Amino acid sequence: MKTRIFVTLKNGVLDPQGRAIHHALEGLGFDGVSDVRAGRLIELEHEEDVTREQMEAMCEKLLANTVIENYAIEEN
Amino acid sequence: MRAAIIQFPGSNCDRDMAVAIRQITGAETHIVWHADSELPSGLDLIAIPGGFSYGDYLRSGAMAARSPIMKAVITAANRGISVLGVCNGFQILTEAGLLPGALMRNSGIRFVCRNVALRVDNNQSLFTNGYEQGEQIHIPVAHHDGNYFADDATLDRLEGEGRVALRYLEPVNGSARDIAGLLNDAGNVLGMMPHPERMIEPLQGGSDGRRLFEGLIRQIA
Repeated sequence: MKTRIFVTLKNGVLDPQGRAIHHALEGLGFDGVSDVRAGRLIELEHEEDVTREQMEAMCEKLLANTVIENYAIEEN
Repeated sequence: MRAAIIQFPGSNCDRDMAVAIRQITGAETHIVWHADSELPSGLDLIAIPGGFSYGDYLRSGAMAARSPIMKAVITAANRGISVLGVCNGFQILTEAGLLPGALMRNSGIRFVCRNVALRVDNNQSLFTNGYEQGEQIHIPVAHHDGNYFADDATLDRLEGEGRVALRYLEPVNGSARDIAGLLNDAGNVLGMMPHPERMIEPLQGGSDGRRLFEGLIRQIA
């Protein structure tokens, strides 16, 4: 089965990449976007018996840097 | 003096670091591969060099910080052995939890590769005792992710404890409180974005990096 994990920057952490994307969107003439924040999507293909706790441990130990990032594990 | 330089796939300053340490301190240097799980015995210094370990996959330094040799490095650091992390080495030290905070994408997005002016904010450390307090020095940077981040409470504590060893004197990467080099609480681990090993003789355009290694050998040899 597959589970998707979303890693995003915490509120208050400046996102220069998101800002550059926002700027580029404006340059292409797309108005009305007030902010852009970029994150990362990680897809795990895994056995049924991998628990949510194990996935949280994966996020805490490697997939996210919790100093600057939040993570969200998609509900199946 | 015995020094180990840790080499990851994608390290590119390992040889320069070994040469700088050997030439300036006379140390016996050992290049240690990331997949090894043991360090040479009797080490005085571990250097984690710059580069793009594991192609900067996931986050700069993230994969390297979980490689087999880093368990031994963390154990050695906790035993008081000196650890110097430069550039990607600084990123690896934060990812490994040996230093607080994180190094994020430069605020200007661009890779920055030039000489920068720095101020020595704490010359009482193992690594900075070769400089005067408040001295201005010039050492090159070459990085994409040098924008230091920690929350305000952590930054206040780090500054209060004198753990900011080096600060940028000019805009470089958006780093919080202009932090360029940071010590751990015991003072035996230094992470810094500028490359002292690239500034050790006049042929390189200056030798301000040399005194870091000279100061280090005075303290630990």
